[in-house]
Amino acid sequence: MNNPVLSLVLSRLLIAVVTLLIVSFAVFFATTLLPGDTATILLGQAATPEAVAGLRAAMHLDEPALLRFLRWIVGLLHGDLGTSYANEMPVADLIAGRFINTLKLAGVTALFSVPIALTLGITAAMLRGSLYDRIVTVLTIGVISVPEFMVATSAVLIFAVYLKWLPALSFANEIHTVSEMLRVYAMPVITLTFVVSAQMIRMTRAAVIETLNTPYVEMALLKGASRSRIVFRHALPNALGPIVNAVALSLSYLLGGVIIVETIFNYPGIAKLMVDAVATRDLPLIQSCAMIFCVGYLFLITAADIIAILSNPRLR
Amino acid sequence: MTMTTSSTSTSPSRKSGTRSGYRFNIVGMIGLAIILFWALIAIFAPVIIPYPVGEIVDVDYFGPLSREFWFGSDYLGRDMFSRILMGARYTVGISLAAVTIACFSGVVLGMIAAVAGGWLDTLLSRFLDALNSIPGKLFGLVVVAAVGSSIPVLILTLSVIYIPGSYRFARALAVNINAMDFITVARIRGENTFYLIRSEILPNIAGPVLADLGLRFVFIVLLLSGLSFLGLGVQPPYADWGALVRENIGGLPFGAPAVMFPSLAIASLTISVNLLIDNLPQKIRDRSE
Repeated sequence: MNNPVLSLVLSRLLIAVVTLLIVSFAVFFATTLLPGDTATILLGQAATPEAVAGLRAAMHLDEPALLRFLRWIVGLLHGDLGTSYANEMPVADLIAGRFINTLKLAGVTALFSVPIALTLGITAAMLRGSLYDRIVTVLTIGVISVPEFMVATSAVLIFAVYLKWLPALSFANEIHTVSEMLRVYAMPVITLTFVVSAQMIRMTRAAVIETLNTPYVEMALLKGASRSRIVFRHALPNALGPIVNAVALSLSYLLGGVIIVETIFNYPGIAKLMVDAVATRDLPLIQSCAMIFCVGYLFLITAADIIAILSNPRLR
Repeated sequence: MTMTTSSTSTSPSRKSGTRSGYRFNIVGMIGLAIILFWALIAIFAPVIIPYPVGEIVDVDYFGPLSREFWFGSDYLGRDMFSRILMGARYTVGISLAAVTIACFSGVVLGMIAAVAGGWLDTLLSRFLDALNSIPGKLFGLVVVAAVGSSIPVLILTLSVIYIPGSYRFARALAVNINAMDFITVARIRGENTFYLIRSEILPNIAGPVLADLGLRFVFIVLLLSGLSFLGLGVQPPYADWGALVRENIGGLPFGAPAVMFPSLAIASLTISVNLLIDNLPQKIRDRSE
């Protein structure tokens, strides 16, 4: 009975692992495409050839790329992320604190956006074609079709410039009181919530509408069930899988949003670290940050797929 | 099709049913008009800009809207109106080039995979799916970190990011067409793969593929603007709309028009493409009924 589900889930996990391998391969080779020799860049133009050769040997740069890739992967698996070029610190130390900051931001955003998006998405689907539905649809399409930084700048204009509730772009790194914490989190969370909710509302609405279009819902309608009974007893339990799938998928939009939001609000998270690392061409740092993002993304889309498999009653 | 058949929703749906053909046309037309407007601006920008883009013409920086400076001035006192008109060249041009490459490669590969099937199909699908599981912005960041940012690199990167999506879409459509009788007939006739793709499959998937191209154009405009906003896209002295927002972000606390107008330009372009695509199929459907 449980076999088809189990094998499907296992094959999905296997695909995820293979994908991760291909992705890490792509990330590694994209960053080693760098024109110019890393050792020369690090030591500057005035370095003696002996010094460059010494550093190349010390950094294993004289080895074939494939061997370096394997070395890098094995290091990653052991938790050794390498040493930053820019300030000689272990990458793991640089990332740890920043990573927790980003997780906090993502967590708070999810806490706000999931209930808001589910409520709006499900009610819009229930009242399909009504004025309310049309307003929700137009607003979500509006948010989806503008860049994330425009959502952020609009939020600043509204809440900081016109209403003067929150500071505009300056953020203290040390947080002493609750009100300071609220001020630091408010603007990034508002922006991300808008971006993620818009995706989630759209997908949730589509999932519920798809369920409302099924023959058994039409049957319920024909036998005279009330609208709320149709939605809550017949449609929603069956739409639960697609809805959770939609939630997981739209949370993956957090990754793109977080890069913009952390940059614009100067939030000390991992995305800001990565954008700064790109500016200084700090390759080990970029590679590690990129891998963290890819793993997060892959985790979310794999989770979405597995939930979809588990919630399909035909496989049970 | 229509599930909301309860008494409350019949009257508005019938009303919109009789009017929809006309009204949707208008909305789609507005979208099309704005797109054409920006396309013309992109072509003729050097002729119509009132001030040279690099020249400091205003005594004030982050100047307000005025008769001389329609959209205010930027952080150096340059004319925003001229800069936005010139920015259209980069935003529209780069996105158009990238979407053309992405959709052409994706659709051709998708049709080949669907017609050929077998190991080629599996290999291509697996590989492109893996590529698809790298978030777009991240891929852009990594590539720009590695090879630096220039316009050809940007165009290629953006197209590589969107080839997998285009491939998936075209392949799914082509697989359906591939199962039809006229394809079998053509195969029996002894036609080669190229003929099948060009004369049998392509004409049948052209409509949806064009709609998909529009949607992907929106994604590319957004991603390009995002990258430029991060300082990884179009490099100074040139500036697309995303780079214009980045340059002038310092004016945000004062609510400077220089921050909002480039964003509004992006929004007007992406929303009108969306409007056009959403309304085109409706129009076609209404005509066929």
